[in-house]
This record gives sequence, structure tokens and C-alpha cells, in this order.
Amino acid sequence: MSGASAASTAPRRILSIWLPSLAIDRWRLVMGEQARALVDAPLVLISDTAHGPRIEAVTQIAAAAGAQRGMMLADARTLCPAIATAPSDPAGDLAFLEQLALWAQRWGPWSALDAPDGLLVDVTAVPHLFGGETLLLEDVREAFARRRLAVRMAIAPTAGAAWALAHHAPDGTIVEHHDDIERALSDLPVAALRLDQDVVTVLRRLGLKRLGDITTIGRDALQRRFRNRKSPAANPLIRRDQLLGRVPEPLLPVIAQQVPLVQRRLMEPIRHRQLLDQVVADLAQDMARELEGQGQGARRLELGLWRVDGEVIVRRLEMAAATRDPAHMLRLFAARLDDIEAGFGIEMVRLRASWAEPLALAQGDIESAAEDHGTSLAACIDRLTVRLGAQAISRPVPFASHIPERAQRWRKPLEPEPSSQGQLAFHARPLKLLDSAEKIAVLYATPDGYPQRFRWRGEVHEVVRVEGPERIAPEWWRERSGARLRDYYRIEDGQGRRYWIYRQGIIGDGRGGAPDWYLQGLCA
Amino acid sequence: MPHTDPASLPTAAFADVAALSAQRSARWRPGLAAQQGPALHSELFASSREGGGAAAALAFALDDIRHVPRAEGSEARDRRSVLWVQTREAARRVGRPYRAGLPHALQGRVIHVLAEKAEDALFALEEGLRCRDFAFVLGEIAGNPGALDFTASRRLTLAGERHGVPLFLVRLDAARDLSSARMRWEIASAPSPAPRWNPQAPGAPRWRADLFRARALAPGEWVLGEGGDGLEAQRPARAADHDGGDTAASWTAGLRQRPPPRRA
Repeated sequence: MSGASAASTAPRRILSIWLPSLAIDRWRLVMGEQARALVDAPLVLISDTAHGPRIEAVTQIAAAAGAQRGMMLADARTLCPAIATAPSDPAGDLAFLEQLALWAQRWGPWSALDAPDGLLVDVTAVPHLFGGETLLLEDVREAFARRRLAVRMAIAPTAGAAWALAHHAPDGTIVEHHDDIERALSDLPVAALRLDQDVVTVLRRLGLKRLGDITTIGRDALQRRFRNRKSPAANPLIRRDQLLGRVPEPLLPVIAQQVPLVQRRLMEPIRHRQLLDQVVADLAQDMARELEGQGQGARRLELGLWRVDGEVIVRRLEMAAATRDPAHMLRLFAARLDDIEAGFGIEMVRLRASWAEPLALAQGDIESAAEDHGTSLAACIDRLTVRLGAQAISRPVPFASHIPERAQRWRKPLEPEPSSQGQLAFHARPLKLLDSAEKIAVLYATPDGYPQRFRWRGEVHEVVRVEGPERIAPEWWRERSGARLRDYYRIEDGQGRRYWIYRQGIIGDGRGGAPDWYLQGLCA
Repeated sequence: MPHTDPASLPTAAFADVAALSAQRSARWRPGLAAQQGPALHSELFASSREGGGAAAALAFALDDIRHVPRAEGSEARDRRSVLWVQTREAARRVGRPYRAGLPHALQGRVIHVLAEKAEDALFALEEGLRCRDFAFVLGEIAGNPGALDFTASRRLTLAGERHGVPLFLVRLDAARDLSSARMRWEIASAPSPAPRWNPQAPGAPRWRADLFRARALAPGEWVLGEGGDGLEAQRPARAADHDGGDTAASWTAGLRQRPPPRRA
């Protein structure tokens, strides 16, 4: 759906799925028994408005009786007094549609909502997995029929064309090439352009009822008529160009390249962990082969588990370095599969490397002794990350600041170190820094004498040797004006224990009363 | 087991026993790694009121790295990373490593793991020991958690010996419970020597190290310090008198002198 795709040889294939009676179907699914009792009644779903209840969705029987979407309930009652009502639930419908969109990824790696009642699935390069596009559509139809949802579908090279065909052409239309779009769509009504209602009305008043009619008058004339309409939904020319693939359609993001993806559709839904492990092991092998073919290694893996009842469980992994070692992937996933709820069973498993990096082919270890050689650093960090979480593993890197606790930051372990100025080693620094400096009570000669005795964590230390002060001024470009300076002392007590303490402020600096002392670090 | 007459044994066996005895009565000294290989599993008991435990562990580790003979074809300088594992409780008590204060050889090589529980810390330690890309693994665990029992420490010993990665486990405020560590030290800070230019200031760090249990070495006490060319050890004045030379008689001296276990 972009300039990039136009340049590539094979056109994209977009599957548009329209659920014409989504609200009604969902209401029937939710209500179950109650809905079966009302199967022959003219049913409408209503929402309350300022002017009374309005009809949001109608069943076929109610439609035959004269009820229409958007009608007031009172008007419909005059036509058909027997009408039955139920409250509509647009938020629930949208949530359901979101779930459906996720579920519809079983036919393609990428899907989008086409609110309020449609889905778009990118099935580029996928149909051969199902035996062709016709069989793919059959599969979709069967799957939706199993869930008792009515659908209309179409496949076309652009999202706009697929949408138009799904809504206004015979069900299951397939358009092969860009060149065929115009011919296939010329008989459709102008509403197929996804325009606002008022624009459709304008076009109809102009006598342009079908898409083919638009080409009969000059493009210039239409351009002039709609020159002030910048939004695609209000400008039939922009919409038409989108539909023909001449203008990128911002609805869809570009997927620049096919991500490595492997999947297993299972004959029998699996419910047991052991079988799942086996399937994941097979997938890891497949993925390793796929990645090896592309000369890539996975940085992020997504394991999708499609359950029989329509739920999708997704587990994501992020690796510290690109890898394509199936045993490593398997081991990392094994820790994440413990809390999977299999429900009635899992019918499809898919492994996708959503972030891959180039990884050159390397010769495998020839010696069998390599087994004993231990794991690599990246593999070790992956294992730690999976068990302890990503924030638990870090490395200290220097940061340009004078304040000691700010002069060090924690970064991911394998990130390259940011370049920094070399540190001036005038002053000794402690081996350890406490997470937050602890307040101590100090006996010292005011205003700025050496500390002589201090109490820390309930014990008194006699100071025997002192070095200091090392004065560190507040960073005025960052801190508030009231921040006080720090005078650091390196001290040793009677038993030889060495600490790094500081006095915050100095008497008479006009930034507070008597200064406090803090113990910030433990020296070697 | 069949009874054998000692006279029928070859004399070489007696020679081996004598060698073993001599080896057992050997004493620890800096640079011992050049003959015996690095100490693969050491435990260092220290108080959480000072930074001596981790500092001595780093000193031991660097001393071993300096003296272990380099294999053919390996780099002249060891640039492998170092895994430093702390439980959250240990980090709260003694703080986290500070890059600017680390020994110069280790700056930029530390990978830090902060584990919530002792179980997680043990997992991280074991994973680190299995990784060939670590020069050594340093752990800091506070107190005597239930997870760190003899089985757990045996696991660590075996993992370290299999992959040849040394482990230094600093036990903060811990009682001396069962452990399979090959060397067990009690570390405390010691007064530092006066620096040359400013006698008022604290000098180069020193620690009083008490080797109270070791597998193939006689126990003893030393005052350790970083000298110009690596780790230096002196016998403290008090320890010299009960030594009685390097004989196997002092083998149990460390056990007899064992201080009562401290409660964390």
C-alpha cells in the first residue's frame, strides 16, 4: 500500500472481511438460549439517544418488516408492533472485533480493524499455505461459519479495492492485478469509495451513481468541484486513487519485508504441556532453518497459540544478541509456557521473528568437547533475563556529571558503551555506593572541621584518619537554587573500616540551617 | 574390601602419601594459583558494616587471574566480563558497585544482577558459572537464607569445577553454616599503612583474612594488602606464635580456634 510496494514486482494481497450483521450475530452468541427463543421474532438492537431509542442493528426478519438502521424505535413500532428489542453494545462489539482481528491473523501475519464491522488482513505470499486464494477464502468462510458469524469477503491488491468489493460486489470476489481493479469496480456504486454520506449525496445529485461514471467526466471538473476537500473521506478523487493503488493508503503500515514465520496447524487440538513442548521444539527447528536461509538471527520472537475457542495467547521473548540456536529458543520459551491456559485445546501454533538482525553463518563446533565449554555470554544473559526480568541485569556506564550518584548509570548489559570523556583520577572513589546516602550524626568542629566521631546504623565509629574535603558544588544548570554543596571526606575508623561521607552545605551559606552529614559509600 | 598387607604395597604408594601430606600442610600464599590453578569456589564471610568482603574477593580474583598460566593462543589480557550478583537485601546493606571505584582492570567489565530473592541469586550464580565468557563470578548474599544449603553450595562447586569459572561468594552477616566451598575466609578491614605524602589520610586498603577452612591447605591468618606488584600477605604478629612451622600438626588449629558462630 505504498510507493515501495508499487515498485516491487508482486502486488500485495489484501483480504477484506466484512461482517454485515456483526452486532446481531454477537448478540446471539452472547445470549445463547434466550436468542434461540427469539429466532423468529423481528429483533432490533437499540441505543438510547436524546430523542428516544434509536435502532442500531436489525435482523433480516425485522428488516423485512420495515425496520432500518438509524430509525427511531417509535417509527419502527408503527410499522411492525411485534418488534422485539435488546440493548446494543458498541463498545463490546469493538472489543469483539479486536479479538477477531487478532484471530484473523491465522490467515496472514498482519491484520487491522476496519471499524465498526470489518477486518483487513494482509495475505501477501500466504495463500499457498492454504492451497490458493479461492481455498483461502473457503477456509475463512468455514472458520467464520463455525463461529456463526456472517461474512462477505474479497481479495484485491489494495485495501480500498478489497473493501469496496467486499461491501458491494458478489461475495468472494478476487482481483488479481492492479490493472484489473478499474474494470472490476466500474459497476459498483459510488458509496464503494468509502466517502462521507454528504459527498455521496452530492455525487448522486450530479448523476454520478457508479464508479465507472466518474471517469466519464473529466478529472479536472471533479478536481475543481472538490478542490477544498483535503480529507480522503471527503474527496472522491483521492479515494479513487487510493483504491487503484496510485496513492499510498495511510490506513495500513508498510511491512517492508517478510518476517521469518513458521507455523503448525494441528490435526487435533492439544491440551497437554508435553505435546506443546514438542510442537514448539519443531517450530524452533523450522525457525532456525528459516533464519539460516536468510542469514539472520532473531532478536525478538513471538509465539502465538490459537485456541479452539477463538482466544489467542501470545508470548514474546527478546534476546540480548541475535541467535538462531533452536535449543536456546526452546529453553527460553520453556520458562514462559508454564502459565498457558489451554482451554479446549490449541489448534495452531506460530513462531514469528518480529525483529531479526543479520547474523553471519558460522561453522559449528567440530569437537564434541564444545558441549562442556559452557554457554556464550548472550545466551547466559537471555536466560537470566527470562527468569529475573530485563531490569535486573545491567552494567554501570559513566555519565557526565559531578554528582557521584549521577555519574554512573545502569544500562542493558550488551549495549555498546556510550562514548564519554576520560575520568580524572585525582580523587579516590569508593568501591560501593549505597542506593541512597544514609544520614549520620557526626561530631565535628564547626564550621568546616574534620569529623571526629559518627554514629551510623546504631553504632559509633571513632574517626582515626581523614582525607578531605573534596568539594562538589551543585550542578546549578540543573538543580534548584537552594541545593547545597557537598564536602566529601574519605575516612578510616579505629578498626580500619573505610567510608566515604559528606557534609551537605556549610554554616552561613544561606541555604538552610546546620548542615547534615551523610554516609554514601563504602571503600575497599 | 580385602585386607592388604602394607608390606606388599609398592613403595611409590608411601611416597604418594608423603607427598599428599606435604601438600596438605602447605599454606596458602598469594600467587598460589600459578601451581594449583585458581580457587574455584571460595566463601568470604564479612560484616555488612564495611566494604571489605567484596574488596577482598576482587583482590583474590585478580591475584588468581594474574598468576594462572595463560593457555596457548589466548589473549595476553583477560577482557572477559565479570558477573556480580547481589540480592536486593545485600545491595541495601552494602550498596551497589561503583564503577569509578572498581579496580582499574575491572572497570567496564562488570555485569550486575540484582536478584529479589536468594533463590534467584543462586540461579544467576549458577548460570554465570556455566558461561565461558566470564572471568569470574562474584556473589553477595546477606544472612543465611534457607535456599543456600549444602546442596545448593555443592551445585555451585560442581558447576564451577566443570566449566572452570571461579566463584567468590561474599556472605554478609552470616553464620558459618554447612558449605562445600573449597576455601572459606573470614574477612575484616584492617588499619591501612600510612601513605607516603599525607600520613593523615587513609592508605591503601588492607584486610585481616582468616582462612578457617580449606580443602587442601592448612588454615591460617594473614593481613592482605594490594602492593605494587599484586596481592601481598603478611602473617599477623599474633598468629605467628601458635604456628610452630609448616607442619601438619597445625592442621586442626583453625578448627580449634573457631570463633562462636555469629547470628545475623
